[in-house]
Amino acid sequence: MAVPPASTPASGLSRLVRWIDYRLPVFSLLEHELVVYPTPKNLNYWWNFGSLAGIILVIMIVTGVVLAMHYTPNADLAFDSVERIMRDVNYGWLLRYIHMNGASLFFLIVYIHMFRGLYYGSYKYPRELLWILGVVILLLMVATAFMGYVLPWGQMSYWAATVITNLFSAIPVVGNKIVTLLWGGFTVGNPTLNRFFSLHYLLPFIIVAVVGLHLLALHQHGSNNPLGIDHRGPQDTIPFHPYYTVKDSFGLCVALLVLALFVFYAPNFFTSPDNYIPANPMVTPNHIVPEWYLLPYYAILRSITFDFLGIPSKLLGVLLSLGSLIVLFFVPWLDTSRVRSARFRPVYRWISWILVIDVIALGYVGSQPPAGFVVTLGQVSTFYYYLHFLVLMPLIGKLERPHPLPISIGTAVLEASGQLGAARTAERH
Amino acid sequence: MRKPLPIVLLAIVLGYGAAGMARAEEEAKTPPHQQWPFEGVFGTYDRAASQRGYQIYKEVCSACHPVKHLYFRDLEELGYTEDQVKGIAAQVQVSDGPNDQGEMFQRPARPSDKIPGPFPNDQAARAANNGALPPDLSLITKAREGGSDYVYALLTGYKDAPAAFKMNPNMYFNEYFAGHQIAMPPPLTQPDQVKYADGTQSTLPQMAHDVVSFLSWSAEPNLDERHRIGFKVILFLLIASGVFYAAKRKIWSRVH
Repeated sequence: MAVPPASTPASGLSRLVRWIDYRLPVFSLLEHELVVYPTPKNLNYWWNFGSLAGIILVIMIVTGVVLAMHYTPNADLAFDSVERIMRDVNYGWLLRYIHMNGASLFFLIVYIHMFRGLYYGSYKYPRELLWILGVVILLLMVATAFMGYVLPWGQMSYWAATVITNLFSAIPVVGNKIVTLLWGGFTVGNPTLNRFFSLHYLLPFIIVAVVGLHLLALHQHGSNNPLGIDHRGPQDTIPFHPYYTVKDSFGLCVALLVLALFVFYAPNFFTSPDNYIPANPMVTPNHIVPEWYLLPYYAILRSITFDFLGIPSKLLGVLLSLGSLIVLFFVPWLDTSRVRSARFRPVYRWISWILVIDVIALGYVGSQPPAGFVVTLGQVSTFYYYLHFLVLMPLIGKLERPHPLPISIGTAVLEASGQLGAARTAERH
Repeated sequence: MRKPLPIVLLAIVLGYGAAGMARAEEEAKTPPHQQWPFEGVFGTYDRAASQRGYQIYKEVCSACHPVKHLYFRDLEELGYTEDQVKGIAAQVQVSDGPNDQGEMFQRPARPSDKIPGPFPNDQAARAANNGALPPDLSLITKAREGGSDYVYALLTGYKDAPAAFKMNPNMYFNEYFAGHQIAMPPPLTQPDQVKYADGTQSTLPQMAHDVVSFLSWSAEPNLDERHRIGFKVILFLLIASGVFYAAKRKIWSRVH
């Protein structure tokens, strides 16, 4: 992969590489972005999740493309075609179980990746657009996952499609027209399934494009790090290869291990048994729930049981549910602190973990029938979610007194390992 | 057509709580856990039990229930030989055609045919069953909360209704069924209802166990292979994780 310096005696291959690279600098690009790319030397394991998400995206696309070769997007045939994949296509069950459970793993990884960003302030100057592109990716993922869930055309597929598309009818004036457009008719049916399949195949490639921009923005200023301070020179960084390629490979193996445990030993853990019943418009499942990774949004949606300021409860629920993602776009400006890492922010550090508890509470609420205590918990959690971003984040940034920051990454790393004295005399980088 | 839907949805989404509380006393009992040989990392289906289960399906269940996703050829996975499967298939007449005269005709089934169900369509099935639709059984253990345990509990869970419980006509009391009223009459009623080909004593629990073995296989026929491959994949990934972790430690020792 590495481009040999001009002085190296040119073998046949490297001459070809240089010939191509002179005209189309792909090899230089890879060398620059994946090999020598200077990376902070103090990244912890939370920084594994970005590359991991990228790899899972590739796994999802590869398995998805093969599944699409065998899948039939027709309301009368879809369910049976999925069963055919499970039974008669060579390793079809493996492809489908990887794709099903891969979606859950993808969201888990992306949520951890985002929390990492929130905790270490990775969205702050000059990485605002990097963060915003990430939120765009999440929105695209949510849409893609929802449409993918509809494709097997089981009971949950059908009713999830019905409930979610109906949300658009809450939009004043044009709501019903939008719903008709989404359905391609006056009820969820074959045209709905066809357009969802088409979009489910399209959106992942748009995600790939946005991931490309995400990486472009990342490599402009390089990774943030657990200290949240800028690197000041070569003593603070190490080349991406071999240090982070080997670390990411280890992380990948662990992630695949988790995926394999589910795929091979609990493949239907995340799925509702109802989705093994073919879609039936005449029978409503008595408990419609989305996949776990959408439960918090679903909880917010259902928590709004009252009209407010003349806005009907349904519309408000939709707005707040969507708003829980939209608010993330503004995080770089809602956080007023100049210190990036929560490590040096005694108050923010706590509330960022409370946010995690809050989101888990919302997930629990979304999974339960909305009655009694659950409704109250959902309303309190929804309120706190917005309180976190709209009030606590700006306020704490102003009021909190951060701990002093280390002078540089290099000194902090060496202090931590007690080698500062020795290293000063023998600088190794 | 369009108006009722939001109302229905509102009822589902917001009103579920009230319905849930009202139903609580008729909530289905949690099925007790049974020991199945297909559980665990090395679990596999018991072929003999599944063959006996197929016999029960054929002689009892198939009077009302189809197994839509099964072909005769699939039965080879249960340990039947190719010739045995041909014989099983040939006992059944299926419709084929049109022939050169443009007419549909009946012929003995071949292993490549789907196992035909008892009714030509859902309407016919309902007409023959007091309006109830006997569900397809080929995915039943995956399509119900509780899976194999649930089907076993349901088959063995028929009881006389408590005196205070109001039964609808043509319904049967079963604690494991949501609402406790099921349209299916008790399918397994007495010992020796089925004469097993392999001489196994056909007690009630035995028959229920065997038919659930068959249905579990039919819902997830690749389980054996999945477990086998899974073990190797996980072993490989464990080793690979170890190797990469060691490599990481070695390479990073230059930094720390």
